[in-house]
Amino acid sequence: MKTTITVNGQARSLDLDTRTSLLDALREHLNLKGTKKGCDHGQCGACTVLVNGERINSCLSLAVMHDGHEVTTIEGIGGEDSLHPMQQAFLTQDAFQCGYCTPGQICSAVGMLKEAAENWPSWVTDDLDGAVALSDSEIRERMSGNICRCSAYPQIIAAIRDVAGEVA
Amino acid sequence: MSSVKDWAAPNPVTENRSGIIGKGVDRYEGKLKVTGTAAYAYEVEPPSAPAYGYLLAATIAKGRITAIDTAAAEASPGVKLVWTHLNVPRQARRGERINPRSQRPSNPALAGDRIEFFGQPVAFVAADTWENARAAANLIAVTYAAEPAVLDFRASLDQAEMPQGEEDVLIGDFEGAYAKAPAQIDETYFSPLQNHVQMEPCATTAWWEGDKVTVHTSIQMVKGGQHSLAETLAIPSEKVHLLTRYIGGGFGGKGQAYDDLVLAALGAQALGQPLKLSYTRQQMFQATIHRPAVSMRVRLGAEPDGRLNAFAVEAITHCARSAPFVEHAANFSRNLYAAPNRLTGHRLVKMDIPHAGPMRAPGEAPGMLSLECAMDELAEKLGIDPIELRLRNEPDVDPETGKPFSIRQLTECLNTGAQRFGWSRRNPKPGQVRDGRWLVGMGMAAAIRGNFLLPAKAGVRIDGTGIITLRQGMTDIGTGTYTILAQITAETMGVTMDQVKIELGDSEFPPAPGSGGQFGAATAGSAAFEANMNLRKALAELAIGDPNSPLYGGDPTYVTFGNGNIAIENRSESLATLVSRAAPEGVYVEGAISPAADARDYSQHTYGGHFAEVGVDTVTGEVRMRKMFGVFAAGRILNAKTAKSQVTGGMIWGVGAALTEGNVVDNRYGSFINQDMAGYLVPTHADIVDLDAIFLEEADDKANPMGIKGVGELGICGAGAAVANAIYNACGVRLRDFPMTPDKVLEGLMAKGL
Repeated sequence: MKTTITVNGQARSLDLDTRTSLLDALREHLNLKGTKKGCDHGQCGACTVLVNGERINSCLSLAVMHDGHEVTTIEGIGGEDSLHPMQQAFLTQDAFQCGYCTPGQICSAVGMLKEAAENWPSWVTDDLDGAVALSDSEIRERMSGNICRCSAYPQIIAAIRDVAGEVA
Repeated sequence: MSSVKDWAAPNPVTENRSGIIGKGVDRYEGKLKVTGTAAYAYEVEPPSAPAYGYLLAATIAKGRITAIDTAAAEASPGVKLVWTHLNVPRQARRGERINPRSQRPSNPALAGDRIEFFGQPVAFVAADTWENARAAANLIAVTYAAEPAVLDFRASLDQAEMPQGEEDVLIGDFEGAYAKAPAQIDETYFSPLQNHVQMEPCATTAWWEGDKVTVHTSIQMVKGGQHSLAETLAIPSEKVHLLTRYIGGGFGGKGQAYDDLVLAALGAQALGQPLKLSYTRQQMFQATIHRPAVSMRVRLGAEPDGRLNAFAVEAITHCARSAPFVEHAANFSRNLYAAPNRLTGHRLVKMDIPHAGPMRAPGEAPGMLSLECAMDELAEKLGIDPIELRLRNEPDVDPETGKPFSIRQLTECLNTGAQRFGWSRRNPKPGQVRDGRWLVGMGMAAAIRGNFLLPAKAGVRIDGTGIITLRQGMTDIGTGTYTILAQITAETMGVTMDQVKIELGDSEFPPAPGSGGQFGAATAGSAAFEANMNLRKALAELAIGDPNSPLYGGDPTYVTFGNGNIAIENRSESLATLVSRAAPEGVYVEGAISPAADARDYSQHTYGGHFAEVGVDTVTGEVRMRKMFGVFAAGRILNAKTAKSQVTGGMIWGVGAALTEGNVVDNRYGSFINQDMAGYLVPTHADIVDLDAIFLEEADDKANPMGIKGVGELGICGAGAAVANAIYNACGVRLRDFPMTPDKVLEGLMAKGL
């Protein structure tokens, strides 16, 4: 099925099997392998990308559902010579070990900061209608869909806190 | 053979003149990982478009395949081949070894009609796309003749046998001393079957060039994987080029090759096309290894002042019938506390479930959950502070062997931790601290984990631009190997980090044993150090022998390296100048390390102290972490940042072991109840609050030339026991069945009328 997805600012025309997930379209058809397959069931978060600015698990979404959508992957967040502040913070805080969940954590963190800035409440937000103060427990709650088995959690929170501080 | 005494002399790493050693430098490969450009095994670009493989797994625990119908799969769109035990290409018989020096024997896939565990691969499909391969695999109809299987560990404890070649360690008269002890503890603790849950599933990308196969695979041990594949295919090992540059987590579960390796290689050969094959998440749970459940009986007999007089730790564990493995859950206790009368040993139940195998700190991780809780129980019984109880049982020499400790800072770990954590805030009486609906408590535990040095080699080259490239058949599974090897190389050669390149994970590089048993840094690092020392020698000789060098004719013993220069006092030139002039093709040398002849004259370990504060929800029984602090002593620390990440990661594994992690065998089918990350609960962001760790100053000159030790497994050792002890202190509920899930805690609270 013919599908056009704008990936990292570039329109990409694909002819895809309707069973192909957005994750596999990125990895196997567009050679964007920074987005990782950890569980293929929406449980680990390694496949997190931004679709129209919002974070989703790309393994739980069929690629053909994204015709006309704008997708940002880790490759679009920043490259080696143009690190996004979140990527730099992960590096500085040692917020990863094996690195396999890292692109998903970073995409998720970037999407999460935007959600918080727009005052989306979370499970730990007291005032559902008020401004969200991005406390550590808010960051932890909002990032809990991204598992890191190496368990770099304290370092990831520190990295996100650094960036959230800069943004705020 | 060397002696540990040779290692006491100062060297560039221990002198650390430029200060790179110990510094928390960013990860060497960090930019690749944060930009998603580090290529893991399934992501490596093959020379031409690959075919995609998919595995089908058995759905019985034990028996045989009586019929297997592949017609529909073969007719399915895009399918290139379908293999079962009936038509898989010839492989060497399991366990065969043509080359006696191979580290691993043959490990064939789809090798017969016998089923030995639920999840065993029974068929393999290759197709033009992954979707087509998956669809076709699910069209294969397998008929089984099931046989009765042993699946229930707790119901089979009476079938436990002495593992082959082992015996109990009995010192003094345990039974007599225990019977007379004024204070006794006799409790049994249970640690469940656990899964590694590495984020990256096992995967292989394979292709052939002539009679040589290239495989990129996710494995912790390069040589083991290369030899295993070569033996299975019955080809010389030099015809297998195995690469494993980045590994998405190992934790012991990728110490061996699985069927993806051989089937990708065979499939690529049959198709004349590269092939990629990955396990699914569910197959990772079922068809790789796991940490077996352990039932641990601990008996402690103590004097009223807390001194242990009788000490027994006895473990019962399990393994697959055809794959002997012993979780040595009692071993750690042989070196931890003084007691004149001692009994330790292991028993094994053979079962018809997937293979048990090593998982982060095999032995210590489940084992310490028992003794470190039992010590807490004894402390309470005697009215002694749990730290003080441990200090009163601190041995002067190894309590089992009588050998001196190389260095032992357990006391310092516990005392420093108590102070930094605020242990004095703890009310020794349980159930006294309330915070709304929460009961709050604190617990502690000791940590011990052995330190090892294995034989390893490394090669190092300097080119005419002064770039130094270190190559080693070592792996970095997230442990920081790339980074610490770069630091060792930079400091030894007196250059900056950006002048150093590290290349790992290639079977054609000088061999190292790989990542496991927290021996990686010491083993690979020492070989890298020796290689660099040999390069210093070679460059010194080059300069002194070169009439065009300012060092010409000098005394080699006075040659120094620093700031990118080679020098004798004020005569110096840059390494790049020297090499480009005197050896324009570059200089390459190798180095090797092996254990010292007298290394076993010392009892050598890493140590730590864990401190935990938890809240117990009196309404739901949920336990939440509030604070956790660890103090560790593990030799000289090479990188403050990556080493700390290792131990805090380990501590969080301890939290998982204490609160959420465990798998259960379905006694009807032999499958695991939890086959994914929604069922098997590893800690997440929300579970970890205020967790930190520090290292004590240490250098263990009996360990290796650099005085470093492993840190990868120390953090998990004892961590879960500190959490369990905090739960007891919080609410007075003493659970001995890990993990301490809300249902168990709530039952305890209700029994206490809380």
